[in-house]
Amino acid sequence: MSNAAEQVEQEEIDLTGANQVIDKYLDMHGALMPVLQEIQEVYGYVPEPCVHLVAERLNVYSSQIYGVLTFYAQFHLEPRGKYIVRVCMGTACHVKGAGRIGDTLKDRLGVGHAETTEDLKFTAEYVACIGACGMAPVIMVNDATYGSMTVNKMNEVIDKYVKMD
Amino acid sequence: MAETAEMIEVLICTGTGGIASGSLVVADAFQAEFDKHGVEAKIGKRCSIKKTGCRGLCANDVLVDIVMPGQAAVTYDFVTAELVPQIVEEHILGNEAVAKKVAGAYYEKFLEKQQRIIFSRCGTIDAESIDEFIAHKGFTGIKKAVTMTQDQVIEEVKKSGLRGRGGGGFPTGVKWSFCKATPGTEKYLICNADEGDPGAFMDRSVLEGDPYGLIEGMMIGAYAIGCTFGYVYCRAEYPLAIKRLQKAIDTCYEKGILGKNCMGLGFDFDMRIKAGAGAFVCGEETALMASIEGQRGMSRPRPPFPAVRGLWGKPTNINNVETFANVAYIFYNGADWYASIGTEGTKGTKIFALTGKVKHTGLVEVPAGTTMREVIYDVCGGILNNRKFKAVQAGGPSGGCLPGEAIDAQVDYDSLIKAGAMMGSGGLVVMDETTCMVDIARFFLNFTRVESCGKCIPCRIGLKIMLEILERITEGKGQEGDIELLQDMAYDIKKSSLCGLGQTAPNPVLSTIRYFRNEYEAHIKEKECPSHSCKPLLHFEVIESACKKCGLCYKICPVDAIRWEKGGIATIDKEKCTQCTSCYDACRFMAIE
Repeated sequence: MSNAAEQVEQEEIDLTGANQVIDKYLDMHGALMPVLQEIQEVYGYVPEPCVHLVAERLNVYSSQIYGVLTFYAQFHLEPRGKYIVRVCMGTACHVKGAGRIGDTLKDRLGVGHAETTEDLKFTAEYVACIGACGMAPVIMVNDATYGSMTVNKMNEVIDKYVKMD
Repeated sequence: MAETAEMIEVLICTGTGGIASGSLVVADAFQAEFDKHGVEAKIGKRCSIKKTGCRGLCANDVLVDIVMPGQAAVTYDFVTAELVPQIVEEHILGNEAVAKKVAGAYYEKFLEKQQRIIFSRCGTIDAESIDEFIAHKGFTGIKKAVTMTQDQVIEEVKKSGLRGRGGGGFPTGVKWSFCKATPGTEKYLICNADEGDPGAFMDRSVLEGDPYGLIEGMMIGAYAIGCTFGYVYCRAEYPLAIKRLQKAIDTCYEKGILGKNCMGLGFDFDMRIKAGAGAFVCGEETALMASIEGQRGMSRPRPPFPAVRGLWGKPTNINNVETFANVAYIFYNGADWYASIGTEGTKGTKIFALTGKVKHTGLVEVPAGTTMREVIYDVCGGILNNRKFKAVQAGGPSGGCLPGEAIDAQVDYDSLIKAGAMMGSGGLVVMDETTCMVDIARFFLNFTRVESCGKCIPCRIGLKIMLEILERITEGKGQEGDIELLQDMAYDIKKSSLCGLGQTAPNPVLSTIRYFRNEYEAHIKEKECPSHSCKPLLHFEVIESACKKCGLCYKICPVDAIRWEKGGIATIDKEKCTQCTSCYDACRFMAIE
């Protein structure tokens, strides 16, 4: 990325939120991950200017921060959709047909794992296990959990969110 | 507390499972009904709606208990908000249970063979109330522990025979003694609540249903070892668990239970939650510590063991949630009592998460030594749709698949290892004849490959190659010699990997080859999947002689590829069929091939 482009992006992002998060953790041992997690809560993802800010203020290399960001499944470096649809791919869900639930989602949204629709409305994610195995197969849309999914039920859930703003 | 004796209580499951089934709506409905009927005015403020944790029977949520003064509790299952007015009118006001909606005989059976110790508070008390916790023996364990010396506490845990519930089964007291023996004043205690195993959710349930119990267990451990700081490393995918535990920790600080001079008992203990960020390998202790330190969660060779050089180079002791929960009960009731439960090698109870093709999925707590058959058939009602039991996967990705012949194996550490699986964290995924074992091996290997931290080559590259072979087999492109190659690689990876993830990752492949070699051979030689599960090998057809003309397949098909009229045999339109296997799974008569 050229410097000019970087500048544009930096201007677009308000770093107040990130600074506030860092203020809270300045003296804490092992602050890096909680800081990144909270920054992600503020912005929905970890924007590049925030990485540089964290590097500077916590005195760690940017490369180390990227090392952490790319290692853990939960960090995102790109903006994400308003509705995050997580399809559980755990063993219990797999045995009970999570594969076809995942296929349905892909057909409906046209995006695969960790991808976001162009209108920034949906992000699809296939996750390892969300710990609601008793109701397999399970999906989550943001914080709402939907259990005992079938292809038809999956379609209904997506319809519901498509209609919402 | 005299008033409590006459209190009408409504207990509603509000664990993750309950909430997903709508329990919060049901709770609101009860409140609204009480307000409407002026129940409050009639019986004073004696009607409380408690939000409890998990009852274990997630499949039948929302579960509601109505406890009328002087009567046994009545349990309702599948409660919806629409049903609430009827329950309030007939049961609470009219004093007659709504017979049709009361949970059936299976519910009693579900509880009958269980021995709910760790779960005794889960689902009974208000998980967010410290007063209820205290009323149910809470903090009596730590009070008893501080009357003993540190060594006596460790001795007591050793005597109880408690083994770590995280998977390995290392004796907890012995582990504690290592950390205590390391010199130094700054030591750390970590509770591993990462629970990355797909198919296991007992830790989540304990965190949601009895957070104070975990805090108490950790306090006892901290006192025994001499740790002053504790972390709970919890999966970030468990928002409710984190919320409830944080609330419990905050309350403990307010009341002086945590912090300097805990409860005035003469020792200091601080604790904090550290949310994980979605990496299975962080369940491995050295990777977990790297993660707390803010690094990539990569494991390192041991020794030095964490007890010597752990978090930030200090002596550290790591136990699982269930282990700490057990510790509290050992001090309530004594080591001898604890040691009287279970088998020779495995003491106490074990919580299993039963999922997959079983009738009543959920969490089950049984004394160690119960057989797999009892757990699956007696407690959980047997196989879904009355199909044939094929295998049970025990111990998650590190474990193995046990076939029908092994169903009488006892569930304890040693018997399971002998049978070729392991206890792991306690996930049991039940599989029936529609589950393909080659596909399951592929599934687990895909999981462990993705989750490998990538530090050592056998795990990073070896698993990838094994996965490619398995994928090839499930696509019908298997070659002669593949099985032997898989076995060879599996042994090498097990021998040469650095941490538990790599050392156990090939287990599902080895156990499926050991017990289901014929399925591998069918895929490779006949290019067929005997369980009709591997998509590239499928051609769907209705077996006319077996079809019971019920139309279930017609109803479930998402693409209208099935033609069926009432009383007629179904047919499948092959043009439209997307081979999603919905119909195959739905058919109760194995009439689709």
